[in-house]
Amino acid sequence: MRLTCPLCGPRDRREFYYYGAAVYLDRPAADAPPEAWDEYLHLRDNPAGVTQDLWYHEQGCGSWLKVTRNTVTHEILAVDAVSAADAAEEAR
Amino acid sequence: MPDLIAKPALGAVAVTHAGCTLAEAAALTITALAPFPGQAAAVGAELGLAFPAPNTVSEGGAARLVWAGRDLAFLIGGAAPERLAALNGLAAVTDQSDAWVTLTLTGPPTVEVLARLVPLDLRGTARGQVFRTGLGHMPLVLIAEGADSFTLMTFRSMARTAWHEIEEAMVKVAARSF
Ligand SMILES: [Zn+2]
Repeated sequence: MRLTCPLCGPRDRREFYYYGAAVYLDRPAADAPPEAWDEYLHLRDNPAGVTQDLWYHEQGCGSWLKVTRNTVTHEILAVDAVSAADAAEEAR
Repeated sequence: MPDLIAKPALGAVAVTHAGCTLAEAAALTITALAPFPGQAAAVGAELGLAFPAPNTVSEGGAARLVWAGRDLAFLIGGAAPERLAALNGLAAVTDQSDAWVTLTLTGPPTVEVLARLVPLDLRGTARGQVFRTGLGHMPLVLIAEGADSFTLMTFRSMARTAWHEIEEAMVKVAARSF
């Protein structure tokens, strides 16, 4: 398995650390109801198909990456820097 | 400030197996430069070197500016960190000279030796390229110096392990050449 880091280029899976579902980027507000926090912390989909998760380019540039992949075909559909998504959101 | 004595990480004698030589490089000043948002070009301008794009090295005189990660470059062999006051407000500046061990690996089978330890295809690399990658489980800054010639930087605390792993790979590549 290879991921194409936006900075480093195509790299072997062993350079990366898997963190978990990309849902972690959508943190509820501090005063959100307990149900929202319960869902954020504990409830995950287990899709057969396209899913998104967070990876860290630990033995590389140190970027956090949002990876879009297909659990059925094992295709990697997109690798985006989380910092770029953050910048786009701030610009909005 | 106490008068400290600079010592090499290993003080190792170079070894050669099947035309590949592993040696400890002279310790140069290593300064990590992490530009504040939008200041990378200004940092390069102060140093008279282009701030390197990912996976590249900028060279000028005895100094090199080596890309070392996201928004990070190492000034190697340049001015001492305390003489970089011009970078105040442009970048976070950290002296990392004693944090790394620098090794050189040269000779025709170098790419085959590194193939056993580094998850990259290094055939056809050229001077000016650098890779943030791993040497086994150790972090690695791998600088391409030219044909069959690389500079390797890993954490100084891992110097002996790095040396051992590389020499073992050299011995195994040498064993296959008979
Ligand atoms: Zn990377």
